[in-house]
Amino acid sequence: MAEIQLKDVRKSYGSVDVIKGVDLEIRDGEFMVFVGPSGCGKSTLLRLIAGLEDITSGDLLFDGKRVNDLAPSKRGIAMVFQSYALYPHMKVYDNMAFGMKLAKAGPDEIRRRVEKAAKMLHIDHLLDRLPKQLSGGQRQRVAIGRAIVRDPKVFLFDEPLSNLDAALRVATRLEIAKLHHEMKNVTMIYVTHDQVEAMTLADRICVLRDGLVMQVGTPSELYERPNSLFVAGFIGSPKMNFVNGQIAQGFNAHTIGIRSEHMVVDNADPVWRGKVVHAENLGSDNFLFVDIGSEEPVLVRQEGKTAIPWGAEIGVRPLIENLHRFDETGNPIR
Amino acid sequence: MASITAGQPEPQATRPARRSELQAERVRAARLFLLPMLVALTLVAAWPLFRTIYFSFTDTSLSNIGAGKWVGFDNYLSVRTLSSGKVITRGVLVDPAWWNAVWNTFRFAIISVSIETVLGLLVALVLNAEFKGRGLVRAAILIPWAIPTIVSAKLWAWLFNDQFGMVNDMLMSLGLIDHKIAWTADVSTAMYAVLIVDIWKTTPFMALLCLAGLQMIPRDMYEAAKIDGVHPIKVFFRVTLPLVKPALMVAVIFRLLDALRIFDLIYVLTPNSSATKTMSVISRENLIDFDKFAYGSAQSTLLFLIIALAVILYIWLGRVDLGGQKQ
Ligand SMILES: Nc1ncnc2c1ncn2[C@@H]1O[C@H](COP(=O)(O)OP(=O)(O)OP(=O)(O)O)[C@@H](O)[C@H]1O
Ligand SMILES: [Mg+2]
Repeated sequence: MAEIQLKDVRKSYGSVDVIKGVDLEIRDGEFMVFVGPSGCGKSTLLRLIAGLEDITSGDLLFDGKRVNDLAPSKRGIAMVFQSYALYPHMKVYDNMAFGMKLAKAGPDEIRRRVEKAAKMLHIDHLLDRLPKQLSGGQRQRVAIGRAIVRDPKVFLFDEPLSNLDAALRVATRLEIAKLHHEMKNVTMIYVTHDQVEAMTLADRICVLRDGLVMQVGTPSELYERPNSLFVAGFIGSPKMNFVNGQIAQGFNAHTIGIRSEHMVVDNADPVWRGKVVHAENLGSDNFLFVDIGSEEPVLVRQEGKTAIPWGAEIGVRPLIENLHRFDETGNPIR
Repeated sequence: MASITAGQPEPQATRPARRSELQAERVRAARLFLLPMLVALTLVAAWPLFRTIYFSFTDTSLSNIGAGKWVGFDNYLSVRTLSSGKVITRGVLVDPAWWNAVWNTFRFAIISVSIETVLGLLVALVLNAEFKGRGLVRAAILIPWAIPTIVSAKLWAWLFNDQFGMVNDMLMSLGLIDHKIAWTADVSTAMYAVLIVDIWKTTPFMALLCLAGLQMIPRDMYEAAKIDGVHPIKVFFRVTLPLVKPALMVAVIFRLLDALRIFDLIYVLTPNSSATKTMSVISRENLIDFDKFAYGSAQSTLLFLIIALAVILYIWLGRVDLGGQKQ
């Protein structure tokens, strides 16, 4: 059980401000994902919560108690590092058991917990191996297992999947989702810059940019009602189409944003007309790049499978109810 | 390549051939690059070593190096029975002065290298921590090592001087000793004096090698332990030490090789003290001072064999990974 509150948390290294005043509430048992571009301070924020870095100013509360000066080991957290941070000279079993205090748990208890965690993650046949004898995915699972055996209240992940290949990433992602399901009382904070991971895993997502929180909300909230141009562009794949200038002015906005799936090919009643300059067939979807006279061609997800040749002139129509309008400062016009 | 059967398809037959040609080219290039080094090593190491071994089997004297006659193992051990029936054994192997030197050498090497390793590791741990002015301290700590041995030996000879030395002065005023000690001349303290100077001088070097090893350990390993709340002492013995061990073992080899052939420090600081005379010192004495050139050569040869044996033993027992394969 742990509810985490950050109140105007700041972090600077010397004169460099990295976290510039973060207010955030993470609910008990929630899966919170931090996303943001590289260097925005996701890892730093996570390390502040872990206690691996000192908070420059502001308050960090666990269940209402200020923990700014509490040692990491006393916070009831476990962390999974991007690089796994396994001890290379210890067997998998010892890696998992190393952090458990003998005083608290007897050797039988330790063995029981390690084996339980190993079974949960399907690494129980690897307990006698050294980390170097494991594949990347297995190593990552050992690192997760090592965190599980500590029975934490808060689980911290720093880009745990970024060293894995695409297929393994999907598999381990499911594994983590399952884990969250099984450990209902554990609050999880997960750092990633992969927004697919964020969308699929999160109860709520916190989008960071330059050390500031841009928006916090459920994946669908962020997807459907982004409160800034930045969040609109950052969440969602493929990226939202942005159109400026004349065309946007027609909608009384500085910039309009429309997702590719909210555009329809409509030669009968088009809003825009343009040439297909490129097409990508992903198997399930067919994406058309249509030059409607904006800076960049807009991306349209095509319904159906009728092949449209490159260079063809087509009409497209945005679904007005899904159109996002933004002013000069990037704020939404609603 | 001679066994290619007629039916084999063409590409399979040519590919290995091409690769081995490439291999041969690499080997040729490698030989070329190694040649200057091999020539230099032959001139400065192999040839003198070979000559020394040869001289040890002759009765060569310093005054006429070319005129030595072959005497077999006599310099090492010769057993003669006099007409009176008395048996006389001579040679390095039964020379108490030599065995005293061997004992001194090993005593010195083991004590100094042990203390230097422990101190060096401690210093390295301090230098590996983050604090203000770390760069400056890292540079400053190397100063003793950067001073030429002769200079530091002379410097310490003055500090240890029985009449005017600072060491006696300080110990007297602190009341730790009641009479002045002739540190370098007294048989009971000479070895300590040598050890102190050597440890003072070489600990920085050891610390530097340890530091290099410590810096190889990823920081998140410590962070993981910190989150787990593992006691720092346990972290040191269970994580740090096993992970710096390979670097440490190599550092110890370097130091051991150095310590086993120690010469300059002892020659300057405690000349002619039987308490500190090492193998190198005694063989030089015979080679040059006593004009027992062949006898000195025999000692040098033994010195070579003993050091080689000690290092081989160390590598074997410590399973030192000189090639870095284990990583
Ligand atoms: N020890 C440090 N000293 C100075 N600046 C630092 C330090 N650690 C991080 N920073 C800076 O803080 C900023 C945020 O770093 P952080 O590692 O939190 O980024 P991130 O969001 O995790 O990025 P990535 O997605 O690339 O991992 C970066 O600009 C980085 O240069
Ligand atoms: Mg990061």
